[in-house]
Amino acid sequence: MASVAQTIGRIGMSPVIAGIVGVVVLAAILEVAVIVGLVPQIVVARPSDAIAAILPLQHDMDLVGNFLITFGMTFAAIALAILVGVPLGYLLYRYEVLGVAYEGWLAAAFAAPIVLLYPLFLVIIGRSHLTLVAMAFIPGVIPIIIQTRQGLLSTPRTLVNVGRSFNVSERVMFWQIMLPAAVPNIFTGMRIGVMYALVTVVAIEYLIDFGGLGRIVSEMYFRFNVPGTYASILFVVLVSILFYASLGRIERWLRPV
Amino acid sequence: MAEARVIDHPAARAAFAWTPNRVRLATVIVAFLIWEGLSWSGLFYRDVVPSTFAVVRAVYAEIVSAEFYHHFLITFGEVGVGFVVGSLFGISAGILLGTHPFLRAAAEPYINAIGSTPKVIFLPILFLMFGIGVESKMAKGALSGFFPTVLSATSGILMINPVLIRVGESFNLTRRKMISMIYLPAMVNPIIVGLRLGLAIVIISVLIAELKFSQAGLGFQLAQYYEAFHIAPMYAMIIIIFAFAALANWGMTVLQDRANRYRNIDGTGSGAGSLSVT
Repeated sequence: MASVAQTIGRIGMSPVIAGIVGVVVLAAILEVAVIVGLVPQIVVARPSDAIAAILPLQHDMDLVGNFLITFGMTFAAIALAILVGVPLGYLLYRYEVLGVAYEGWLAAAFAAPIVLLYPLFLVIIGRSHLTLVAMAFIPGVIPIIIQTRQGLLSTPRTLVNVGRSFNVSERVMFWQIMLPAAVPNIFTGMRIGVMYALVTVVAIEYLIDFGGLGRIVSEMYFRFNVPGTYASILFVVLVSILFYASLGRIERWLRPV
Repeated sequence: MAEARVIDHPAARAAFAWTPNRVRLATVIVAFLIWEGLSWSGLFYRDVVPSTFAVVRAVYAEIVSAEFYHHFLITFGEVGVGFVVGSLFGISAGILLGTHPFLRAAAEPYINAIGSTPKVIFLPILFLMFGIGVESKMAKGALSGFFPTVLSATSGILMINPVLIRVGESFNLTRRKMISMIYLPAMVNPIIVGLRLGLAIVIISVLIAELKFSQAGLGFQLAQYYEAFHIAPMYAMIIIIFAFAALANWGMTVLQDRANRYRNIDGTGSGAGSLSVT
């Protein structure tokens, strides 16, 4: 496969085109394998069937509307995470002893399998949209807290000294010097937070058959609608690619170095 | 600047000073008291917030029962197979991508994209392919473990000191020898970082798959407790699962430290052993 790629490279095809061609070729091979019967059709949908199933799925299950539900849950969780995370990050920066005490705990909590706590949330909150927001809030808020503190800690000394020489008050120093200097870091925290919140929302939706896109995937599987299952999974993948790409673009725009 | 602020702070001037460890201890005590308070207050629906003592009893009851070890071994086996398969594929693919720039440029966008989607969404496909037994959990673990290892192996190759590669080339090493004598030794550290991340993700993904559909395993047991509304055992199971995940993570950290120490003693800065001295 590598040598094939090398040959293609020598012909002068761009890697992006080659990538697309590769995906199309793989899909075609799969298509043929399913038609021939090498792969049973009840296990793998024909790629053409899966793509063709997206439109009926929109009609049947309102994909776009459910995407908006998932998006809304993610957005609510992140808005809440920013409102809580930035002040907490400031607190951990302002009182160093708190920052040192909780830094390791935050990192550990971020690495912990938070998604597995969903039975707990179901028991305490119930099977509602609030559970989705609350569960997405946790992986959303932790990177924002960590990055806010990091950004404030790494404000360039020169900027702080300029403020000092102008004899500005502590409040002005924070709002006009420290916070703007920390914005790129805070945005990095938000980008990580949004991605994790989205993943958590979709995962929980799928696990508890409730909410937006994740629920559709679960329902398609339950109905044993194989092309529909593949189509809805394809749609989720497309949505997260879109999220991933646009967040990267916004971040580059904010941090034009 | 930071030190000046601590001294300025009134707490620092008093005889009792807050150290990070005291803050942590105080947090644990306050959290415990709040929890017990909530448990006794009856504000929540019956048993939703069980007393910590009940949870501790449930943890004990769990770890002395034979059934627990049956489920534990099943989960352990699923994680083990998923981890080994996923990381073998991940490291091999990473070496392939790292050594072929064109292939990397073509495939990287797709790997990044799928790497950032919630892999749990692929579960229906895995259930269709492998059924709802242990095989689908192993497959889910392998799928989730693949991405961190492929990314770290690829970047591991890209970060190899070019001098080492040139040395290999000037010795006219075959491709196989280049991989075993140059690439792999120089990639020990990034690969271990990837494996550590991978193991954590494999554990989570296997447990999630068990929670969705399964007939055995720790995740299955957790789902059973939840459905039967056995709250204290449910908390106990969550605590045990988190401890299992933390233990695995700790083990990988020890391994990583050991690899780092080897690198430092070696003094080459790339873990490439004696080759780089030449």
